[in-house]
Amino acid sequence: MYVEKVREIVSQHGRLSVPVAELTDDSDLYNAGLTSLATVGLMLALEDGFDIEFPDSMLSRKTFGSIGSLAAAVEELAGKTAAV
Amino acid sequence: MSTLPQTAVAADLSAILADLQKVGREVIEPASHDVDAAARFPQEAIDALRRLQLLSAYVPEEHGGMGLSIVELSKICETLAQYCASTAMIFAMHQIQVACIVHHARQSPYFQNYLRELVENQWLIASATTELGVGGDLRSSICAVEADGDTFRLTKKAPVISYGAFADQILVTSRRSPDASASDQVATLVRKAQYQLEPISTWDTLGFRGTCSMGFVLSSEGPIDQILPTPFDDILSQTMHPFSHIVWSSLWLGIAADAVNRARAFVRAEARKNPHLPPASSLRLAEVDIVLYGMRNNVHANAHDYARLLQQDDIDAFRGFGFSTRTNNLKLSSSTLIVEIVSKAMIICGISGYRNDSKFALGRHLRDAYGAALMVNNDRILGHNATMLLALREG
Repeated sequence: MYVEKVREIVSQHGRLSVPVAELTDDSDLYNAGLTSLATVGLMLALEDGFDIEFPDSMLSRKTFGSIGSLAAAVEELAGKTAAV
Repeated sequence: MSTLPQTAVAADLSAILADLQKVGREVIEPASHDVDAAARFPQEAIDALRRLQLLSAYVPEEHGGMGLSIVELSKICETLAQYCASTAMIFAMHQIQVACIVHHARQSPYFQNYLRELVENQWLIASATTELGVGGDLRSSICAVEADGDTFRLTKKAPVISYGAFADQILVTSRRSPDASASDQVATLVRKAQYQLEPISTWDTLGFRGTCSMGFVLSSEGPIDQILPTPFDDILSQTMHPFSHIVWSSLWLGIAADAVNRARAFVRAEARKNPHLPPASSLRLAEVDIVLYGMRNNVHANAHDYARLLQQDDIDAFRGFGFSTRTNNLKLSSSTLIVEIVSKAMIICGISGYRNDSKFALGRHLRDAYGAALMVNNDRILGHNATMLLALREG
């Protein structure tokens, strides 16, 4: 349920060198041009878009490696917020 | 990252430093005046370091090097800078390239062999990271490696290749292939016989004049084995970035310490004139000593922190914003403190420090000091930290 919106945010804020439409959910975002500094803008946009907050422990290459892993992270964090 | 250099010290650091101080007094310092005046390469100084086998100081013992740690290299850079800052900078930049190969290419038989050759021949390695058209952003390349069977071709317009004309090899960053994205980069070692350098700019600067950091168009061709097997992104975050800021800050510390030593000698001479009343300058000396103490502790803390992370071989820690911002903080603070310290030393020494023909002369120290904030511009680094700090919840 989160993947489409994550895709849209990655497309707007990821500063990738290839169109997001060409990427699968498993494609490596770093290979697609995502840089370490660009993950900050992406993180802020995801936090704003889903009303969540990434803990330091999730600011890793594992989280930002693909659209699928980002959607999973968002789901986990949004789920927590909803449960509170 | 492959297994890391041994911590056990092959050679005794104090013996190395004693040799270095002797060569510093007899060869490096005497040459430094002409190196600075003529903006020429400090050939005799680098040759003296070659004779001490110091160009392979960071090569692990199993490949024939000294197997020194970053902490020990930091001390060598600091010591060297007290004699000639340009020589120290060339030495430091060379060690950065050695560390990139030692940390990220030792799994390759080609580079295992290369390291042995480096030890034997005491080669000097330069680097071509920045590129015309991308500004100072190391994580972006226009040029690309073009592979054709077992050979590659690579042409790069580099606005700066420090001591490029005097190096034996150059480590060049580029895109992985002509169809790779700008940030999908590799580092390639090119050897002297394999490249041509066409100069595109000169090097007539305020300080660090002996580094001869001219711009060149580099054209090269060689076997694809010379491409480092690790992506440049990892080389930069784990080695080039932290290593650079530690060795640079160490040599800036050496310049600052030498300026304070001159101020110390000046105050002592003043004090001898009237042993019962400490000169006013002694208070200034006490003040500048505090700043130097802080700068030294920053450098030491960072070097030890990095050495510890290397031991742990924790790749995620190197990639974290916390480590990057700390590394940047070291660069930002030491490049600022060096100017403050040398300026304070100048006030203490007064006209004797301002004169070029005095034993308290501090003009070159001050000119060199101003370069620190500009080589990788502090505003760029501050901007990176500002971005990363938006993501960090805890300091």
